[in-house]
Amino acid sequence: MWCGRREGRASSSLCPAWLMLHESLFSSSEKMEDCLAKKMEITVSEAEKRTGRNAMNIQETYTAYLIETRWVMRAHSQSMWMLDSLWRRYSEFELLRNYLSVTYPHIVVPPLPEKRADFVWHKLSADNMDPDFVERRRIGLENFLLRVASHPVLCQDKIFYSFLTQLFFPFFQADSRLKALNATFRVKNPDKRFTELKHYSDELQSVISHLLRVRARVADRLYGVYKVHGNYGRVFSEWSAIEKEMGDGLQSAGHHMDVYAASIDDILEEEEHYADQLKEYLFYAEALRAVCRKHELMQYDLEMAAQDLTSKKQQCEELATGTVRTFSLKGMTSKLFGQETPEQREAKIKVLEEQIQEGEEQLKSKNLEGRDFVKSAWADIERFKEQKNHDLKEALISYAVMQISMCKKGIQVWTNAKECFSKM
Amino acid sequence: SPDLSGFLPNGTPVDTSSPASSSSLLNRLQLDDDLDGETRDLFVTVDDPKKHVCTMETYITYRVTTKTTRAEFDLPEYSVRRRYQDFDWLRNKLEESQPTHLIPPLPEKFVVKGVVDRFSEEFVETRRKALDKFLKRITDHPVLSFNDHFNVFLTAKDLNAYKKQGMALLSKMGESVKYVTGGYKLRSRPLEFAAIGEYLDTFSLKLGTIDRIAQRIIKEQLEYLVELREYGPVYSTWGALEVELSEPLEGLSACIGNCCTALEELSEDMTEDFLPVLREYILYSESMKNVLKKRDQVQAEYEAKLEAVALKKEDRPKVPTDVEKCQDRVECFNADLKADMERWQNNKRQDFRQLLMGMADKNIQYYEKCLTAWESIIPLLQDKPETK
Repeated sequence: MWCGRREGRASSSLCPAWLMLHESLFSSSEKMEDCLAKKMEITVSEAEKRTGRNAMNIQETYTAYLIETRWVMRAHSQSMWMLDSLWRRYSEFELLRNYLSVTYPHIVVPPLPEKRADFVWHKLSADNMDPDFVERRRIGLENFLLRVASHPVLCQDKIFYSFLTQLFFPFFQADSRLKALNATFRVKNPDKRFTELKHYSDELQSVISHLLRVRARVADRLYGVYKVHGNYGRVFSEWSAIEKEMGDGLQSAGHHMDVYAASIDDILEEEEHYADQLKEYLFYAEALRAVCRKHELMQYDLEMAAQDLTSKKQQCEELATGTVRTFSLKGMTSKLFGQETPEQREAKIKVLEEQIQEGEEQLKSKNLEGRDFVKSAWADIERFKEQKNHDLKEALISYAVMQISMCKKGIQVWTNAKECFSKM
Repeated sequence: SPDLSGFLPNGTPVDTSSPASSSSLLNRLQLDDDLDGETRDLFVTVDDPKKHVCTMETYITYRVTTKTTRAEFDLPEYSVRRRYQDFDWLRNKLEESQPTHLIPPLPEKFVVKGVVDRFSEEFVETRRKALDKFLKRITDHPVLSFNDHFNVFLTAKDLNAYKKQGMALLSKMGESVKYVTGGYKLRSRPLEFAAIGEYLDTFSLKLGTIDRIAQRIIKEQLEYLVELREYGPVYSTWGALEVELSEPLEGLSACIGNCCTALEELSEDMTEDFLPVLREYILYSESMKNVLKKRDQVQAEYEAKLEAVALKKEDRPKVPTDVEKCQDRVECFNADLKADMERWQNNKRQDFRQLLMGMADKNIQYYEKCLTAWESIIPLLQDKPETK
């Protein structure tokens, strides 16, 4: 059974690059003072393959990840049952994220790394138990925790905290509101800003997935170009055996061709990190859309309440004046079975009036809730945009730096080969 | 005592009248001088391809320009137009009249792979280069460059007239044409020629492999190019969605575009400059193998005749003259072949050094262009200090 352990604590300074990035973003804001990521060092340091029985008592194999936490500042009081390391599996991370997205509908909740390897060039295995995939997921899960821990609102969540430090954390089920997200409905007066944002997240998702698809193909082809050069290595070496003066030059040039062909493995492995950075934003686009969807749902709720109130008011008026403006079954029955008694009517009006009052209050609070939602959602979206611009610039820089180093390696290898050829 | 002035110490008669045997010595003498152009007295270039459209056929002619101080030429300068089939005629004539020599190869007449446009600029240019190389190789040869057919090819206003008259015009070559006789089988090749044969077999095999690898690389590069051409614009599409990232993403798209152009140039260079030279050498080694076979036949004929004499057991110390002539022929052939092989080895070494260094250079240039492109986008991505 394999297990991937990170080499010591020192290397962990490599990954909280995201964390540092958040610090730079929020260093001025007061919220950051309370931010968990500043007070606690969080790492996902190990991954381990395990076999166990699930709820259905069926044997299953899964990967568990070791979460390690360490207080940077000791000032905080620490409870007895708090752990500084514990194992969690991917499905538990999923539960946590579900919880966060239900509890904080106005927040662009950081996405989890992909469940299954996607958009990979053929050389990489698509197996979920593949060590490379597990390692990339380990980094992704750590990144997720750091994103949450450095989010001004999410970092204060108690359940998140217990996820990090307590073996058992309160279970929760997605509530009916989340399920309604999948239902189709149409709002009458959509908020233009959210419509635009939804449109943007759709476009972003499609452009990034296109990019990832083509990048995987580009990587495949590049791999081919390099590897075919490796054949020169062998044939130059074989040819050198029959040559006198040319022999040595050919032989060593062949060696450089071998080096050239082998160099692509590291280059593409490194590039996979860039793909992971893009993937995070592919999933962020989904999170962004979820916020828009939740806003729509809220708007729909509001519109339905308003519509209900209007119809009740109308009914009340009809009863009071005795006129039926629109054709209704009630109107028909009253015509068929005779008029109600004035007492009955009074009672009905009274009930309706109570309902109207209740409805009006509800509408008021829903309006308020909606306004609050828009306000806080927009604040988080602004925060997200800033984070996105910053992250993607960093990702593109590191991508460009990778390409530069690939070009330099290429120049080096061919210069060495040229040197050998010139001695022939 | 007999007059030994006409014999070398080992008793081999020196036939000073034979142009073939003298060539080996000449070869060696000129080989070193060859390297600096000072001693050259014959310069031939092939350029200016022109397309001719007739009712019967469409073909390309090339201008063949000659500059010389040699006495064999009436004028110091000639300029004629020749088409591929004229070059082909010349090569056949050289092969007939100089059977002991390695005749440089012509580019293949038909392009087998793919439907290549025979009149496209690239094809014509590649062929022009190959034809130029062919004539230069003959020009540099101490024996072939003095061949009468070659002289005619370079100078005749109407080559077709010569072609029709055929051998009648050049009857003095008549004897050497019948030089090669078939029907004899050599029992075993002498070691040194067996070694050359083995060398050529391996050499052409390895070159064939290199040719396939080079083609495969070009194919992979073109497929890579297709993907890269799709990849770049996606960044541009993304850029259109963004505000702050718009400029960097556009920059990235342009950068990938530049890499595409560089890659395209690289595979074009490899197709036009690298592959034809490889092909020439594959054909060259085939020519060499043919010469080796002819040599074997000459030797076989000699051995068969020698055996026949021995069987007669005639108590005569002197070998009949025709057998002696045969022996002479074998020795001439051997000398010519060895000299040509040595010359060829030298050319090959220089050509491959140049070819492979060129390949390395093209790749270095490619990476340098990409490097410049990628470096240029870094400033676009870096945060401009406190612009807010």
